[in-house]
Amino acid sequence: MRVMAQIAMVMNLDKCIGCHTCSVTCKQAWTNRSGVEYVWFNNVESRPGQGYPRTYQDQDRWQGGWVRTRTGRLKPRSGGRIKRLFSIFANPILPRIGDYYEPWTYDYENLLTAPAGEDLPVARPKSLLTGEDTKVTWSANWDDSLGGGNEVLQGDPILRKVSDQVRQEYEKAFLFFLPRICEHCLNPSCAASCPSGAIYKRAEDGIVLVDQDRCRGWRMCVTGCPYKKVYFNHRTGKAEKCTFCFPRIEIGQPTICSETCVGRLRYIGLMLYDADAVAKAAAVEDEHDLYDAQRSVFLDPWDPTVAKAALAAGIPEDWIAAARRSPVWDLIMKYEVALPLHPEYRTMPMVWYIPPLSPVVDVLRDTGHDGEDPHNLFGAVDALRIPMEYLAELFTAGDPAPVREALNRLAAMRAYQRRINLGEKPDGSIPAAVGMTPEEMDEMYRLLAIAKYEQRYVIPSAHAEDAHRLEGLGAECSLDYEGGPGMYQTGPFGEASGTAVPVQVETFHMLQDRQTADEPRRLNLLNWDGKGTPEGMFPPREEDRS
Amino acid sequence: MNTFLWVVFPYLSIVVLAGGTVWRYRYDKFGWTTRSSQLYETNYLRWGSPLFHFGVLFVLIGHIVGLLIPKSWTEAVGITEHLYHLMAVFIGTVAGLCTLIGMAILILRRRLTGPVFAATTRNDKTMYVVLGSVILLGLWATVKANITGGGYDYRETVSPWLRSLFTLQPDVALMTAVPAGFKIHIIAAFVLFACWPFTRLVHAFSAPVGYLTRPYVVYRYRDPHGGLRPTRPGWEPPR
Repeated sequence: MRVMAQIAMVMNLDKCIGCHTCSVTCKQAWTNRSGVEYVWFNNVESRPGQGYPRTYQDQDRWQGGWVRTRTGRLKPRSGGRIKRLFSIFANPILPRIGDYYEPWTYDYENLLTAPAGEDLPVARPKSLLTGEDTKVTWSANWDDSLGGGNEVLQGDPILRKVSDQVRQEYEKAFLFFLPRICEHCLNPSCAASCPSGAIYKRAEDGIVLVDQDRCRGWRMCVTGCPYKKVYFNHRTGKAEKCTFCFPRIEIGQPTICSETCVGRLRYIGLMLYDADAVAKAAAVEDEHDLYDAQRSVFLDPWDPTVAKAALAAGIPEDWIAAARRSPVWDLIMKYEVALPLHPEYRTMPMVWYIPPLSPVVDVLRDTGHDGEDPHNLFGAVDALRIPMEYLAELFTAGDPAPVREALNRLAAMRAYQRRINLGEKPDGSIPAAVGMTPEEMDEMYRLLAIAKYEQRYVIPSAHAEDAHRLEGLGAECSLDYEGGPGMYQTGPFGEASGTAVPVQVETFHMLQDRQTADEPRRLNLLNWDGKGTPEGMFPPREEDRS
Repeated sequence: MNTFLWVVFPYLSIVVLAGGTVWRYRYDKFGWTTRSSQLYETNYLRWGSPLFHFGVLFVLIGHIVGLLIPKSWTEAVGITEHLYHLMAVFIGTVAGLCTLIGMAILILRRRLTGPVFAATTRNDKTMYVVLGSVILLGLWATVKANITGGGYDYRETVSPWLRSLFTLQPDVALMTAVPAGFKIHIIAAFVLFACWPFTRLVHAFSAPVGYLTRPYVVYRYRDPHGGLRPTRPGWEPPR
C-alpha cells in the first residue's frame, strides 16, 4: 500500500443554474491572456449539447484516454510511445481552432472614430487570430440552454449513444448544466502522452500541472486528454491546463471557480488513495466495473492502519485529519451519491458529480403528479429512461444501476425532509428504502443543503514552512522575529506593497489574522474618518516609548 | 582568406552554437518550443511537416555517414566508392526532394494561411531564408556535380577537413580544390549553425527520445519554495 493524497472536487448538478460565474472568474484569473483567448479551464456546458470543444466525448474521433489491450494492460487510445513519436510532426487527431471556436473581439474604436455619416457606426467582430473581419459562428457555450435546437443536439455524442430510446419531443426535453474543469485524474492520460515528460502529477496533492519550462509544444497531451482539458497556447507554443488554482489551495483557499460559485454546488476535500492499486483498478475488463474499481482504491482515513501508512508515507497529521472531515469522502463513499465523469476513459477522474434529480422532478410536476411524493419519485426515476440512460452514459459508462441508486437517495432525501419541513412525523421507512438511517439522511441533507464554507471546502494548507525550515538556518532572516524590521517585507507604500517577494504560507496566515484581528495595531487609512489622530496613525513619540 | 573561411569561421560558428544553446537553455527555457501552428491549420501541415522532417532526418543521417565516417572504414567493410556513391545519390536525392517539397508546402502554407502568417515573426522569416538556402545550395551542388561529371567525391576532401576540425588540427589545404558549390553550401551551413540557438530550430535538440523509456505517468514533488512565486515569463496579469 502506497498512500497518496489527492485534492478532489464534487459538484452537485442539481444546484447548477448555468450562470457561468465560475467560467468567468476562472478566465479572469487564468486565461485572460493572448494565446489562450479560446481557452476555458472551467466551462459550463448544457446537456444535451455538443460540449466544448465540439463533440469532445466522441473518442472514436478524438482518441482520448486509455484503452485496455488484449493482455489486460492500458495504453493511450491514440497509440503507444512509438506511434506517438512517429506522428509528432503532424498530430493527425488534434482539434482545430474551429472545434473550439475562433476567438474574436469587437472593433469598439470605430464607434468613436467613425466619421459622421448616414449610417450608424457599428463595432464589427474581428478575429483575434488574424485581426481581420470575421463572422462569429460558434463559441464555448453557443448551444447554451439547448440553443440551436435539434440541429445542434444531434451532434451530442452521448445523445447519439442512447438515441434509439430518445425522441426529441418537446414535452420530453430535458436540460441540465455540466460545469467542467480538469479532472486531475489518478491515471492522467495527458501526462502519459507527453513526450517531454512536462506534465506531472504533484506527489503531495495530486494536482496535475504542466511544467512550462519543459513543455516543448509537441501537443500530444491535447489528444491524450479525453476531456480535452489541456489546451495549446498558440502564442507561446506551450500546453496549458487547469491548475486547480494551486496557489490558492496551498494556502487553504478553495479554487476560484468554487469560491465564486453562486449555487454553492462545489465541494473540495482530500481523498487518500492507494497509488499501487490505481493501474490495476483502471484496467478492469468490464467498463461497468470501473466505478466500483475506482472507489476501491480510495482509503478510509478513519482506518488506523491507513492513518499509520499515511504518516509513514510523509502525509502530515493535519492532512489526515482533513481527509477525515472531507466532504468529498462523504459524498463518494459514505452517501454514494457522487459519480465520476466518464469512468470508461480509464483515467480515474477526481472531479465527481452528483447527478441531477431536477429533470425527473420537473417532468413529474409538469405531468400533474406530486413531484415530491417518494413513491411517485422512485417510480419516475426508473420510468424516465431518457435522463437516466443519458446520465448513465455520462457517469457510469452506461450502467444505470449506480445512477438509479444515487437518484433514489436524492429523491428519498427530498421526500423525507419535505415531511419534516411540513411539520409531519419523520417517516423512517423512506431512508430505509434506500439503505440509509434517518441520522445519515439528515447528515446528507445538511451537507447538500446548508453546509457552510468551512464544511464545503476542507483544504489543509501546504506545508511549505517545513521545507523552508529544513533548508537550514541560512535561509532564515535574523531580523524576522515578531515585530522586527524583517517582518512582512514592508514596501514603500505600506505593508505588502512593492514587488512580489516570496511569502511563506505561514506569513500569509499571520498577515491575514492580523488584518482581521479585532484590535488594530496599525491604522487602516481607508477606514479613517478624517477626524483626530487615532491610535496607531503615527509611531509612538520618543517620550512615550521610555 | 582561406584560413578565415575554413578555420576561424567554423570554430566561431561552433562556439556560438554551443554557447548560444547553453545561454538559451539557461535563460529562455520558456521560449524553447516548436511553436507549432497546427492549431490554425492542419490540412497542409499534415503533408508538409512529415515530408520535411523525415526528409531532413534522412539528410542528417546521410551527412553523418558521409562526413564523419572515414572512407577507409566503409571500404574496409566492402563498400566500394562506386556503390557508396550510387547509394548516397539515390537516398540523398529522395530525401532531399522530400525535404524540399515539404519545405515548399510549409512555406506556402505559412504565407497563405492568415493566422499562420500572422504568427510568423521576423526571426522565423530570417531562419527560413538561411535554412532554405542551405538545403537548396546542398541539393544544387550535388546535382551539378553529378550532371557535369561523375559526381564529386567529397569524402577525399571535405570529410577529412571536417574531421580535422574536431581533432583541433584544421587542414586548410584540403579545402582549396573543392568545387565552389560545395564551398558555398558549407559556409551557409555554418551560418545556419551560428543562428540555430537563437531561432525556433532549438526544438531539434529536445527530440523526446526519453519518452520511449519513461513510465507513462510522472510524479513530482512541489518545489520547496512555498508561497507566492516570482512572476513567470509569458504571464500577463489579469486585465
